[in-house]
Parts: sequence; C-alpha cells; structure tokens
Amino acid sequence: MSAGTGGRTVVRLGAGVLHRWLALAVVVAAWEVGTRAAHSPFFPAPSRITSRMYHLWFSGPATRLFLTADATSNVVPSLLRMATGLAVSLVAGVGLGLVLGRSERVFAYVDPAFQFARVIPPPTLVPVFIVVFKLGTQMQIAAIIFSAIWPILLNTTDGARSVDRLQMETARVYKLSAADRVLKIIFPATLPKIFAGLRLSLSLSLILMVFSELLPGTANGIGFELTDAQSRSDLPTVWAAIVLLGILGYVLNAILLAVERRVLAWHRGSRGTDA
Amino acid sequence: MILEDPPAQSGERPALTRTGRWVRGAAGLAILAAASEILGRAGIVDRDYLPPASAVLARSAGLLGDAEFLSGVWSTVRAWAIGLAIAVGGGVTLGLVLGSVPVLNTAVRAIVEFLRPIPSVALIPLVSLILGTGLRTEATLIVYAATWPVLFNTIYGLQDVDPVAKDTLRAFGFSRLSVTWLVSLPSAAPFIATGIRLAAAIALILAVGTEILSGFGQGLGVFIAQAQQTIDGTTDVLAGTVWAGVLGLVINAALVLGERRLFHWHVSQTSDRS
Repeated sequence: MSAGTGGRTVVRLGAGVLHRWLALAVVVAAWEVGTRAAHSPFFPAPSRITSRMYHLWFSGPATRLFLTADATSNVVPSLLRMATGLAVSLVAGVGLGLVLGRSERVFAYVDPAFQFARVIPPPTLVPVFIVVFKLGTQMQIAAIIFSAIWPILLNTTDGARSVDRLQMETARVYKLSAADRVLKIIFPATLPKIFAGLRLSLSLSLILMVFSELLPGTANGIGFELTDAQSRSDLPTVWAAIVLLGILGYVLNAILLAVERRVLAWHRGSRGTDA
Repeated sequence: MILEDPPAQSGERPALTRTGRWVRGAAGLAILAAASEILGRAGIVDRDYLPPASAVLARSAGLLGDAEFLSGVWSTVRAWAIGLAIAVGGGVTLGLVLGSVPVLNTAVRAIVEFLRPIPSVALIPLVSLILGTGLRTEATLIVYAATWPVLFNTIYGLQDVDPVAKDTLRAFGFSRLSVTWLVSLPSAAPFIATGIRLAAAIALILAVGTEILSGFGQGLGVFIAQAQQTIDGTTDVLAGTVWAGVLGLVINAALVLGERRLFHWHVSQTSDRS
C-alpha cells in the first residue's frame, strides 16, 4: 500500500487477485460457518475435509514425497491406469485417425460402426468389460480406452481430412515419400485438432477411471476408497476423495494446456481452435 | 533414390458417391457381425463370454416386447429429460447473467474453475448417501454434470455477439433486458444449441451410470447391472447396451437435425464435428 507509481500497479495487481479469489474465499468461509452451524453429518466442514485429506494421503515421510502408504496403494494405481488408458487411446486414435482421414474408402467402411460405438454411454460398457475381462486392471483400462479414444480418433480423422490441398500438392511436386508426407505435413497440420480431442478424452478418462473403480469387487483406487467410505458412511472421506479428484482433474488439465501451448507455439496467431 | 509414385497414389481418386458410402458402411457392419458369428460358432471365443451378434440382436428385438424393460427405459429417459431440462434452464440463465455482468463473471469464475474438473461420477456415492436411490438422485447428478457445457457455451456465445447491433438498439432506447432478449440470446443460440447437445450426451452417461451403480430400482442401467450378475446374462448385458447406444444415437441425431433446421444460417454449421 505504499505511495508512488510502483505501489499503484502492485495495488492494482493485488486488487485483481483479490477480486478473483475473494469470491472463492467468501464461499469457502461461508461453507465452513454454515456446516459448523448446521452440524449435518452429510456436510462436514471444509477444514475437516482438508485435514482428512492430509491424514489419508499427504502425511507420509519426506523421503516418499510426503505420500502415505494409502496414497501409494490407491491414488498411484488409479493414475497409472488412467495414464495407460489415455496413452493407448492417443497412439491408437491418432494412428487410426490419420489413416481414416486420408482414405475416404476405409473411412466409409468403419464410419457407421464407429458412430454407433461412440454414442453408447461409456458406463454401459463397464459391465460388458467385466464379463469379458473379469474384474481388475485389464477391465478398467479397457473401459478407459473405449471411452477416451473417440474424441481423439474423430478429431484426428477430421483434421487429417482437411489438410490444405495446396500443401499436399506441393509435397507431390517435391516428390516427398509417403512417410515424409505424413510426418512433415499431415501430422503437424492435424495437431491442433488432436489436442482439442485430447482435452475431451482427458476428462472422459478421469470419469471412467473413477467409474470403473466404483463397482463392487475392485481392489484399490480412489474410486474404491470412495465406495468403501460410502459403505461405512464415512462422509469426511467421501468428500476428501471428491476434492482430491477435483484437484487431480484441475492439475491434469493445466498440464495438458501447458503442453499444448508449447507444442502449438508455431500455430499460435494463425487461428484459435476450440473443441 | 526418389522413385516415381505408383500410379494408384499419384492420381486423385474420384470422391465416393452417397451410395458408395452407404454400401461400404453396410459392408463394414456386415463384416463385423460375421466376424463375431464365426468367433462364437467356431468356439474361438466362449459363447458365454461373448455371444454372437445374431443372438444379441435377436435378444434386443425381443426386449421390445418386454413391458418391464420398456418401463425401465422410460424411467431412464424421464430422469434424463427432467435433469437436462433443469440444466438447460439453469445453465442458460446463469450464462446470460455471467455473460452480461463482467464483475460477477470474474468473481464466479474462480469457483467454477474449482467445481468443473470434479468428475461427475465421483459424486454418485455422495448424492446416493444423501438422497437415497431413485429419480431425485439421478436427476440431481444429471443437473450437476449437464449444466457446465450449457453454461460455458452460453458465455462463449455471448462474447461472439455483434457489438454494433447491441449499441444500435441501446441508442434507440431499448432497455438492457430487451437487448439481451432481442440480440444477444438469438445470436448466441447456435452456441447454446451445441452446448445442449454435449449436455444431452453427458446426461445420458450420468443417468445410466447412476443406475448401474445403484443396481436396483428401475432403469436401463439397472437392467444391465442385474443381467451382469446372473449366470447367462451376457446376452442381456449386450442387448441392453445396444439399446443404450440406440438411445444415444436417436438423441444425438434429433439434436443435430434440430440444429441444422434452426441455425442453417450460422457459420458453425459449416464446420462442426466433435
């Protein structure tokens, strides 16, 4: 609050931050006061939720990044399954999408089947995968892949189809090999669309990661902790798991956006793309 | 090193005709069905695990005569419709308020940014504890999950409104409210429609997902969950899944058609696929 021009910009910056976070702080404070006054067993105070989160997951030794045994045996497997499912969806979706986008004929063969597969609400497929793979990691990863692959696949197809004609003809004139055409022209031109699809796939894979762990018979995972706490009517843990999932969703999305910004730096300014 | 391209690649092949596309699509589906039939009949895949397509399709058709199944589907559709209607009403209203009052927008943004990344299915155990199982739980979860796309697309659409049109009406003495009604809302409508289409798909995910987890009561998801627990239930699981897909397909097709009809004048209709 010092005088002078430097102080003024600091004040203005502070006001911006204040304005942005004030509403959130007020809401959290009101939540705390309201839940303490109401004493409802269903709505624990945010302070209790955060302390439960700390005790459950983040009070471990410094040598293990402060993670508790519970965190390494539940949170880590969940994230690994999600990462595996998303990685397979990305590789398969982009690979297949590039082929489908460049070949109208192959696309015509699979289009109706794909259109149908992608409108099936993904949770419906979880019982199907349970029958096929039995309960366990395989089933969970299959469920994640089957829901996360569609946005990537369809967006890649779309992007690969609409590569600039002039660029393709130039490549032909310079006699670029097929591999070079894919790597140097089609793939880069499709990247913005791939990222748009990846953003949708990321939130879908998080949803399916949780859902596949919520079903009875799962051995570990954040979703398992959630249903386990539900069956014991342990509401602070239910809330803690939900908040943790929200934070994970936020952080993962932020990481993806940062990667996207880096990778698509060359594309910036030409046009903003949206999913 | 660089040789001539083989002729098949160098020349552009003529684009497929409409019939060509249809024939190939049907052929693709037929190949898929035949493959599942061969795998099942030749004993490569255990028929209890993966019944052939013919059995699944026959069972799907048979379910149409099953009054209990139909009333289950109806209760799923009802929960979906109620939840979606509330989400659309709430999302558009909130979007209009936030989109036209910037101060409120920045303030609420921080809250929204913390709520949105929570995967909506994670709320199923909590809401089931508070409200029990049934229509109220299902509709509540649908409203929560389906409001976001409507809200964000409304705000996004309002940013796209032509400022000249707004200023013109303001200059002629129209009130803020009537400018919103006459200019902003119609011009944001195509974006809102896209949001509703996304919300409709998410609402179906939540409706079926909640039912599968609760496992009893009525609904398409309940049918699938119960079939999964019976010994020879795989055909029923898959037949239910077929109907869930049909439901998704019908909903999506109806909304896409509605958008084309209503907003054929809008640019978003020329390049839209996600």
